[in-house]
Amino acid sequence: MNGLALFGLGIAAALGLGVAAGAADEGMRIHAMLFAGAAIIAVFFLINRIYEPKVSPAGGSDRIDYNDGVVRAGAIASVFWGLVGFLVGLTLALQLAFPVLNFDTAWLNFGRLRPLHTSAVIFAFGGNVLIMSSFYVVQRTCRARLAGELAPWFVFWGYQLFIVLAATGYLLGITQSKEYAEPEWYIDLWLTIVWVTYLLVFLATLWKRREPHIYVANWFYLAFIVTVAMLHLINNATVPVSLMGSKSYIAWAGVQDALTQWWYGHNAVGFFLTAGFLGMMYYFLPKQAGRPIFSYRLSIVHFWSLIFLYIWAGPHHLHFTALPDWAQTLGMVFSVMLWMPSWGGMVNGLMTLSGAWDKIRTDPLIRFMVVSLAFYGMSTFEGPLMAIRTVNALSHYTDWTIGHVHSGALGWVAYISFAAIYFLVPPLWGQARLYSLRLVNVHFWISSIGIVLYITAMWVSGILQGLMWRAYDNLGFLEFSFIETVEAMHPFYVIRAVGGLLFVIGMLVMIYNLWRTIRGEVRAEAPMAGTAAARA
Amino acid sequence: MIKHSFIEKNSFVLLIGILVVVAIGGLVEIAPLYWLDSTVEKVRGVRPYSPLELAGRNIYIREGCYACHSQQIRSLRDEVERYGHYSLAAESMYDHPFQWGSKRTGPDLARVGGRYSDEWHATHMIDPRSIVPESIMPGYPFLATNRLDYENMAGHLEANRTVGVPYTDEMIANAVADVEAQANPDEGDVDALLARYPKAQARVFDGEAGKITELDALIAYMQMLGTLVDFDSFDAAANSR
Repeated sequence: MNGLALFGLGIAAALGLGVAAGAADEGMRIHAMLFAGAAIIAVFFLINRIYEPKVSPAGGSDRIDYNDGVVRAGAIASVFWGLVGFLVGLTLALQLAFPVLNFDTAWLNFGRLRPLHTSAVIFAFGGNVLIMSSFYVVQRTCRARLAGELAPWFVFWGYQLFIVLAATGYLLGITQSKEYAEPEWYIDLWLTIVWVTYLLVFLATLWKRREPHIYVANWFYLAFIVTVAMLHLINNATVPVSLMGSKSYIAWAGVQDALTQWWYGHNAVGFFLTAGFLGMMYYFLPKQAGRPIFSYRLSIVHFWSLIFLYIWAGPHHLHFTALPDWAQTLGMVFSVMLWMPSWGGMVNGLMTLSGAWDKIRTDPLIRFMVVSLAFYGMSTFEGPLMAIRTVNALSHYTDWTIGHVHSGALGWVAYISFAAIYFLVPPLWGQARLYSLRLVNVHFWISSIGIVLYITAMWVSGILQGLMWRAYDNLGFLEFSFIETVEAMHPFYVIRAVGGLLFVIGMLVMIYNLWRTIRGEVRAEAPMAGTAAARA
Repeated sequence: MIKHSFIEKNSFVLLIGILVVVAIGGLVEIAPLYWLDSTVEKVRGVRPYSPLELAGRNIYIREGCYACHSQQIRSLRDEVERYGHYSLAAESMYDHPFQWGSKRTGPDLARVGGRYSDEWHATHMIDPRSIVPESIMPGYPFLATNRLDYENMAGHLEANRTVGVPYTDEMIANAVADVEAQANPDEGDVDALLARYPKAQARVFDGEAGKITELDALIAYMQMLGTLVDFDSFDAAANSR
C-alpha cells in the first residue's frame, strides 16, 4: 500500500512539473507548481511514516482503536478555515460599506474575494467540519476503526489542497463563474478523486461495523456524500480550451445551464449545508443532552422526504426569468412542500430535549445546539416563503436573500459546528473538559448579537431596496434611480459589518478557549448555574 | 411492505435508495429543457459572440462581475420600464456558462449595450466614483493597462464549438484577425468581421488606438449586451411557455 502510494505521488509530482513547464497561462503554472510541491512534501511524510516505529494499540483486545488523528487534524483545519472565511466575509462587508477598501487592485476586489468567502465558509469550514465529524461519528456508531490507514489522510490533505487551489485560483482570476462551483476543470477533477475516496472510506467503515443497524446520522452523511458527488459531476461538465491551460467552457448553455446551476446551487444548501449537518445534529445533540432521539419514525419519514423534495427546489432561484413557467411552478411547489420535512428535523431535534430543557440554562453547548435548531427552523420557514413567486418578485436580487442565507449559515451551520467542535476537542486531546464553559457562553452571546444585527440589517435593506425599485410616483414614473437605492443601503451595510465583526470576535474567543483546552488547562471560574461540567 | 430496518442493515440498499430518490427531481425538471422545442424562443438576430466580445466576456467572468450584476430582466412591470424588454432564453443560448446572476448590488446589465458611450464606460471602469459619486463599485484601472491576451482565441472558439456554439471553420481561422479588426478598425477588414458577426461594433473602445487592452474587450462586450434580438419580428404570444 505504501509502495503504491509513493508511486502515485511520484506520478502526481511529475505531472505537476510537466504541466508547469508547458503551462498555457500564469495561473495554471502556479497551480501546477503548487500541486507538484504538495506531492513532493507528501512523499517525505510518507517515507517518514514507513520508517516510524509501529506502536501497537494499548488496552485489551475488545477495545476499538479509533483513528482520531485525522479527526484532530480536521478539527484544527475547521477552526482555521472558519476564521479565514469569516475574516474575508468581514472584508467584503466593509468593501460594500466603504468601496475605497477595494484598493483598485485585481487581487483584492469584491468580485474576486466574494467566491473566496463563499468557498472558504461553505467548503473549507463547513467541508472540514463535515469530513472531520463524519469520521468521528461513523467510527463510534459502527464501533469500528476507520477503514484504511492512508486513505483518510489522503482525503484530509487532498481536500486541503483542493481548498488552496480553489482559493488561490479566485485571487488569480481563475473561475467558472458558477456560484459555489467556481473552481476550474482541473480543480474539479482533483476534488472528484478526493471525494470518491471519501465515499469509499465512509462506506468501507460501514461495512466493518459491529452494530447491525446503520445509525440515522450516517444516513444523512451518506446522502450528503453521494448527492454532492452527483451534483458536482453534472454541474461542472466542461470542455477545457487546452489541457495545459486553466480556462474551460461549461457544457451546458444559457437556460439549461441556469437551471443545472441552481439545481446544484440549491442542493449545495440542501445536501452540503443541511443533510450533512443534520447528521451531526443526530449524533451530538442526543450525546450532549444524554437523551435518545425523540422519534425514530419521524427520522425515517423526514430523511426520505427531505432528500426527495430538496432536489426539486432549484427553479425558485429563477422566478420570472427566461426559464419556462412550468419549471418555475414545479420549483415553487416543491420548495413550499420542503417546509415540512425540514421542520421534521427541527422537531425531532428539539423534542429530544423533552425532560432536559433545564440544560439550556446550565449547558452552553446545548444552548448553541438549541439555537442552531431554532435558526434552522426559521430559515427553512423563510426559504419556502421566499420561493413563492409573488414574494420572490420582491426579494430576489436583494439583500433579503443574503440575510436569509446568513441566518442559515451563521445560525444553523456555524452554531451546530461550534457545538460539535466544543464537544469533540476535549476527548480528542485526552482532556476531561473544556478550559472554560463561561467563555463558551461569552462566544454564544457575542456571536448571537452579531447574527441578529446581520440578518435584521439585511431584511431591512433587502425589503427597502426591493420596494424602492418598484416604487412609482404620482405621474406613473419610476420614483427612484438605481443609484438612489444603492445610497439608501449604506447604513445597513455598516450595521451588517458590525454584526460580522462580532461574529469574528466570537470565533477568536472560541480559538482561545480551545487552545487552552488542548494545553490541558482549566480556568478557575464559578460553574454555570446548575452543573454544566457534568459531561466529562 | 419492506421494513425500514432492511434498508438500515444493508449499506448498498441504502446507497441505491438514496441515489434513486435524489435523481428523480433533476430528471423530471431539468432533462426536458434539453428536448422541449419551446424552451428556447424562436427569434432573429442572436449570433455567437465575436472573438473580441468573447474575450471581454471572459474578463467579466474573471473579475466576478456576476456577483453584483444580473443579466436577466424579469417579466415585471418596473423591470421592463427600468431595463427594457424582459430577457429571452434565446438571448443566452450561446452562453457557456450563463451570466444571469443572482444579486443586484449594481443594476442589471442585460441591455446595457448602447446606453452609455464608450468614454463613459472607460472612465467608469477606471474610477467609478468620478462619474457616479454614490457608486460602491470597485475601480478596475488595471484593465486599461493590461494588454489583451488574444493569441489563442481560435482555441476558445473551438472549445465553444465543441459544446455546441455554431462557430464555422472560417470564424475559427479568422479569430485573431477579427479581434484586431474590431478593436482597431483602421487596420483590419471590418466588412469581413461584420459578415461573420452581424451588428458587431468595430471601433477603438478605450480611447487609445494601437494597443488592444482588456478594457477594449470588456467595453466591446458591454456595448453588445442585449442588442442582438430583432424585437420587431418577435412574437411573444407564439413563444409563450
